[in-house]
Amino acid sequence: MPSAGPRVVRRGADDYELHIPDDHREILRGLPGQLREVMDSGHSATWRLFPDAYPDDPKMSAEFDRMTREDLIAGRKHSLQVMEQTVDATRLNGEQLSAWLGSLNDLRLFLGTNLDITEESYDEPLEEYGSSSPAMAIYVYLGWLEEMVVRALAADLPPGVDG
Amino acid sequence: MAMPTMPTEIEQPTGSEITDPALPWLVIVWNDPINLMSYVAFVFQKLFGFSQEKANRLMLQVHNQGKAIVSSGPREKAEFDTARLHAYGLWATMQRDG
Repeated sequence: MPSAGPRVVRRGADDYELHIPDDHREILRGLPGQLREVMDSGHSATWRLFPDAYPDDPKMSAEFDRMTREDLIAGRKHSLQVMEQTVDATRLNGEQLSAWLGSLNDLRLFLGTNLDITEESYDEPLEEYGSSSPAMAIYVYLGWLEEMVVRALAADLPPGVDG
Repeated sequence: MAMPTMPTEIEQPTGSEITDPALPWLVIVWNDPINLMSYVAFVFQKLFGFSQEKANRLMLQVHNQGKAIVSSGPREKAEFDTARLHAYGLWATMQRDG
């Protein structure tokens, strides 16, 4: 991966700048389609996108899955489509950037599960971390990009009321 | 008139019936090695309207203790919140309180 990291800059309410080098965008371009494919094929590492709601009760868990899976898949595919359609954009609105956030997180959940990422994976020396395979390099890169997106979007969150 | 006598055998409820139906359901978020800490706190703020401070506190509880209760209430509410957390990719489960 090139050393210059991506940047996401909040320009104002609902207005964000994406500073992503073209060669990074070429890598990002193909990822939504790949995630769609593995979701459609029922790839084993997609289980993490659809957790068991009732781990102690398989029957209720199955029922919950039956009620929610269709919407979950539709929502994920919508976000992937937005990311695909705006992969060359330099300006995004909040809704588009939120779709990027969802897609980046889903991509990391799939890749990280497929790579058997554990808490210990992050203990590797920085120079080795992310260099073990192309998939690992993409996983690390997506984490960096996602962090930038979270920071940009977090600036627009309301102050919040604790119940 | 006879004194009421204790039945010698009481039928024990089994399985999920043993829990009080009045007890609320808890939504638990579990630690996972993939989701970013900043992202998890962001989702807590976004979905539940928590302050940044409370969202960070809960996120750190998930990170350090392995899990945190993020929501509770009737089953319908808990299922709604669990589904929303799943949509955001968080590892959420439900269980009855107690």
